[in-house]
Parts: sequence; structure tokens; C-alpha cells
Amino acid sequence: MDYFLTEDQNMIKELARQIADEKIMPVRAELDEKEEFPWEIIKVLASSDLMGLCYPEEYGGLGGGTFENCIAVEEISRACIGVSVCFAGTGLGAYPILLFGSEDQKKRYLPDIASGRKLAAFGLTEANAGSDASGIQTSAVLDGDEYVINGTKQWITGGGEAEIYTVIVMTDKSRGSRGASALIVEKGTPGFTFGTKEKKMGIRASATTELVFSNCRVPRDNLIGRAGIGFIVSMRVLDRTRPGIGAQAIGLSQGALDTAVSYARERKQFGKPIISFQAVQHMLADMAIQTEAARALVYSACRFIDSGAKNISKVSAMSKVFSSDVAMKVTVDAVQVLGGYGYMRDYPVEKMMRDAKILQIYEGTNQIQRNVIGQELIKEYAGKKDNR
Amino acid sequence: MNVIVCVKQVPETTGVKINKDTNTLIREGTKGIINPFDMYAVEEGLRIKEKLGGEVIAISMGPPQADEALREVISYGVDDAVLLSDLAFAGADTLATSRTLAKGVKKVGGFGLIICGKQAIDGDTAQVGPAIAEKLDIPYVAFVRKIRDISNHTLVVERMMDDGYDVLEVTLPALITVVKEINEPRMPSLRGKMKAKSVDIPVWGISELGISEEEVGLKGSATQVIKIFTPQRHGNREMLEGSVEKQVDQLVSRLDDMKMI
Repeated sequence: MDYFLTEDQNMIKELARQIADEKIMPVRAELDEKEEFPWEIIKVLASSDLMGLCYPEEYGGLGGGTFENCIAVEEISRACIGVSVCFAGTGLGAYPILLFGSEDQKKRYLPDIASGRKLAAFGLTEANAGSDASGIQTSAVLDGDEYVINGTKQWITGGGEAEIYTVIVMTDKSRGSRGASALIVEKGTPGFTFGTKEKKMGIRASATTELVFSNCRVPRDNLIGRAGIGFIVSMRVLDRTRPGIGAQAIGLSQGALDTAVSYARERKQFGKPIISFQAVQHMLADMAIQTEAARALVYSACRFIDSGAKNISKVSAMSKVFSSDVAMKVTVDAVQVLGGYGYMRDYPVEKMMRDAKILQIYEGTNQIQRNVIGQELIKEYAGKKDNR
Repeated sequence: MNVIVCVKQVPETTGVKINKDTNTLIREGTKGIINPFDMYAVEEGLRIKEKLGGEVIAISMGPPQADEALREVISYGVDDAVLLSDLAFAGADTLATSRTLAKGVKKVGGFGLIICGKQAIDGDTAQVGPAIAEKLDIPYVAFVRKIRDISNHTLVVERMMDDGYDVLEVTLPALITVVKEINEPRMPSLRGKMKAKSVDIPVWGISELGISEEEVGLKGSATQVIKIFTPQRHGNREMLEGSVEKQVDQLVSRLDDMKMI
């Protein structure tokens, strides 16, 4: 389908695809097997300018928006979402600075992130706080001109590998979620260490660790925006990055569909390629329908966000839920089309199926996304007089 | 130091057609790719630029569509490019090609090093690089697998041989042809691709190069292809039977009979 991309957007797609085909496809199985952070690929993405897509030119970026970034994420995800989460995760860490940071913070951190010299990461989740951000226990207490941070963040994407962390902490516990604030913490700050790397079902090329803060002191200047808006920062950031999960999902679905179709064309049973059997054709057709529908929704969400619209929560959540549910189904079906071969690690679809599951979980489970959509519907319809 | 890289657009190996009159490859209208060996030349040029500064300039002789190949190398980081294109250049052999390219290189001027791929995958002659150096009267080293050291005046390289390698020091300006062992070409960049889209690539023909029609193309060629054909396959084969030892004995005695060993 032609989505009428601009010349620059087509260039991004072409470049990301070339990197995916030449640099990621050949090593994805090994990265998964060894649970190895893909630094070599990150370096390639950086020198190709792709790490800077969504940052303004004044901070060394290319001045694109959510859509430009998602186009790259989609193409990388066609090869491996373990790699694409390393790519997209740095954007998640940088967005709080980009959206709410001071001019000084933007100048200090964004050029290194946009050039790919440094990676960023976002620290929200804790053992007892995920979707319920008010349960955050990591605290930051102002002492003179410094915040003293104590507590532990969990399952942080890019943990240990990233240099710049934006962390949501409680600066005033008595105010619940209105007592949360966002702080920038650099790797190497005394009192800031990493827990062991998690062993995951999928996206095993990416690093997921605890961030451990023990009397870690950071300058007061590292506060993003003002104290008390940490929860708002998180929600606004996630509204903008969720289509990125959608982009991972459509890339992954496309990769699974590509593999399934080419296998079905070659695999012969009863003297014919299995793609000639209607049972297989229908499975492939459904995979293609769902992937294309998800793509159309993700692209529309991206364009809506980049238009400067304010009420993006609903459509952003929709693009994440729909396409990640699609990715799960499409990858399960891809394994089915490949049959016994699909279950073996020699073929890429078993990894794709393992990888797909996280898309329904991270950046807010699909159940929480449906809550968001439901809440938005309640708000929308409350304002309408005639409900028929 | 400025580096000139010679680039050739070659037909994708699946789409090769032959002109029956001239017995040369038909380049117009077939999908072109950059000769793979030339990508190693481009990469090495970019690495020298990163080390010593200066510019990398790509030059190509070919039909107008070779402009695509030059734009592509610009997306990898090459600074500038020139296309040598003229109807009179058609049908050139290695002599006429190297004469034309040498003229182009001279007109670009100001270079410390010229880098070519070891050969093109269509003609496979490996002659054009060295011949350009001859025309320019500068030293050359073919089949370079590593640049050990480079300054603005000298170059130390490893030349790949069948059984090892030679280490050679040459004064600059010089020409080298490179083998694929020399590096791993990088990926293009987005800024490079944007530049490639809009950059102006000059086209130089015989008048710009100050060269006569007799010196270029088919007319300026010392060789002519008389006939080109695919050799017929002869299906004479024989399978040896029996245990491995028996098969080896049979093979040795047969080769002995044929005076091959």
C-alpha cells in the first residue's frame, strides 16, 4: 500500500531497511541466543543519523517527528524487535527532556542522544508500581542544592548500557501521584548502580536491569520541569511513544508474514507448495489483513500526533493495543504455517513469537490501554447531548 | 589530502545482455549497481579523509545513468563526484577507458591518492586501475589488502599475493587497487542521502576533457571483441564406484594414464 510518504520519509525507510537487511538479519539469532546488547548495530544506526530522527535540528537532530521515528522503528523491527527496543528506548528516555526540559538541559543532553554518542533510558516501573504510578516508593529529598535519591527501579530498558536516565521519583509522598517528579541521573553518579540483567522470554538482545539508588545525590538543576509533575511528564511522554510500540508491532508482523509466505511458497506437501492450499492461504490472508490494518492505524496516529493535536491519549493507546494484539496473533500463526520447522530455533518465527508477547505488556499493558480508551470515551460522550 | 575514487556502474549480474554488433555489454536500460569492489575503495577513501582531512571525490565513466552510482556513493559520505559521459566513449576497451579516466582525474587535480576496486565484476580485467596510473605516470600498487600507514607524502601498504603478502612503501601521489579484505564498507547516512538527492554532478564529455574522438570509445580502443559466447557444456562425466580406497586407486591410475600426474 502506498501511504504517500514524503521523499525524506521514504529515504528513512530505505535506509533503515538496508541496515535491517544487511546488519541485523544476519546476527539476530545470535544476539537472541547470547542475550548480547547490539552495540555494533547501535553504532551503525548512529553513524547513519537514524538516532537523531525526532530531535530538532538545533540539538543535532534531523527535525522529524513521531512518524519519522516510527518508520525507522518499523523497518528495524521487521528484522528484530530486540534491537528496535534498544533504538526506541533511548527516545523514551530522552522525551521527558525534549518535552519538559529546560533549555539548558536540552543543550546539555540532547546533542549526545541525537548523535547516538550516548543512549538514554526511562525509569518509571518499580516492584510495586507499574501501571499504578502513585505506588512509587523511590524517593528524592531536597538537601541544599541537591536531591538525595533512594530506592530501586525495576525492568528498565537500556539499564546499564545507557548513560542518561530520566527517573520518576517521589519528592512529596503525602501528595500521592502529584508528589512525583522527574529527575535526570547520569551513569557513574555515586550511589547509582545497576542490578543484575533480567533473563527474559524475548527481546533478549536488549538489556533490562534494576536501577539502584542509595543516597545518590544529583544537582537540583537535574529536575525536569518542576516538582510534582512527574506523573504528568510520564503520561505525556508515553502518549507520544506508544505509537512506537505500534511500529515495533507492525514491523514484527510484517517480518513474520514475509517469512511465512516465502516458506509456504517453497514447502511442498502432496506434490504442491502448501501456499496452494486454501487453509494456508486463508491464514496468510488474515495475517496480511491484520498487519495492514494495524499499519494504517499506527501511521494515522503518528500523523495525528505530529499535527500538534492535544487529545492524543486515546488514539495513541489504540495504535499500541491493536497492533500489539495483531503482532501476537500473526507471529503465532507464522509458527503454525511453518509447522514443526516454525517451532525450531533454526527458523526466525519462534523468536518472533517469543518477542511479540512483550508488546502487549510494556509501556502499559493492553488492559491498561483499554482503560485509557474507556476513560476517554466516558469524557467524550459526557459532553454530547444526543447519544443516539 | 584529497582522494579520488574510481567507481563503475555495472549491470546486476542477472540482467546482462550483449550487443551483437560490438560484442560488448549493453549498459543502457539495464539495472545498474555499483561494482562491489569499488565500495571497498570508497570506504578506504572515507577512512583516509577521517584520518587526514581533505575530500573524497568520486569519478566514473559511463552512460548518463551512471549518475545514480555517483549519487549513491555520495550518500555514503563522498564529498563530490564527476561523471565522464559522452556518446563517443561507448565501446571503450581498458586502454581507451583508462585514457579517458586519466584525463578526468587530471582535470579534477589536487589529489594525493587514487583508489580503485581491484576489478569490475562485468569485464573482470583488473587492468583499468593500473593503466590509469601508467597514463598519469604515478606509482601504483594493485590488490592492496591493508593500508598500514599513510601520511601526506608516503603510503605503506600490504599487497595481497597468492601465498602471503608484500609490504610496500610508495611515495604519493599514487594509485592503489583494493581487495575486499581491506575493510567493511559502512552504511549510508540520512544526511548523505539528502545531499545525494540535491547535489550537482557535472558531466564531462570529450570537449570538457580536451580529448579527441579518436582517442576514446571504440575508435580509441586497441582491442576489439570479435566474438563472445557461452562455452558449450560437454556432459562427459564418469562416476567412480566402490570403496573410497578403490575409487582413489582408480582416480590415480586414470590421471596417470592421462599424464596429468
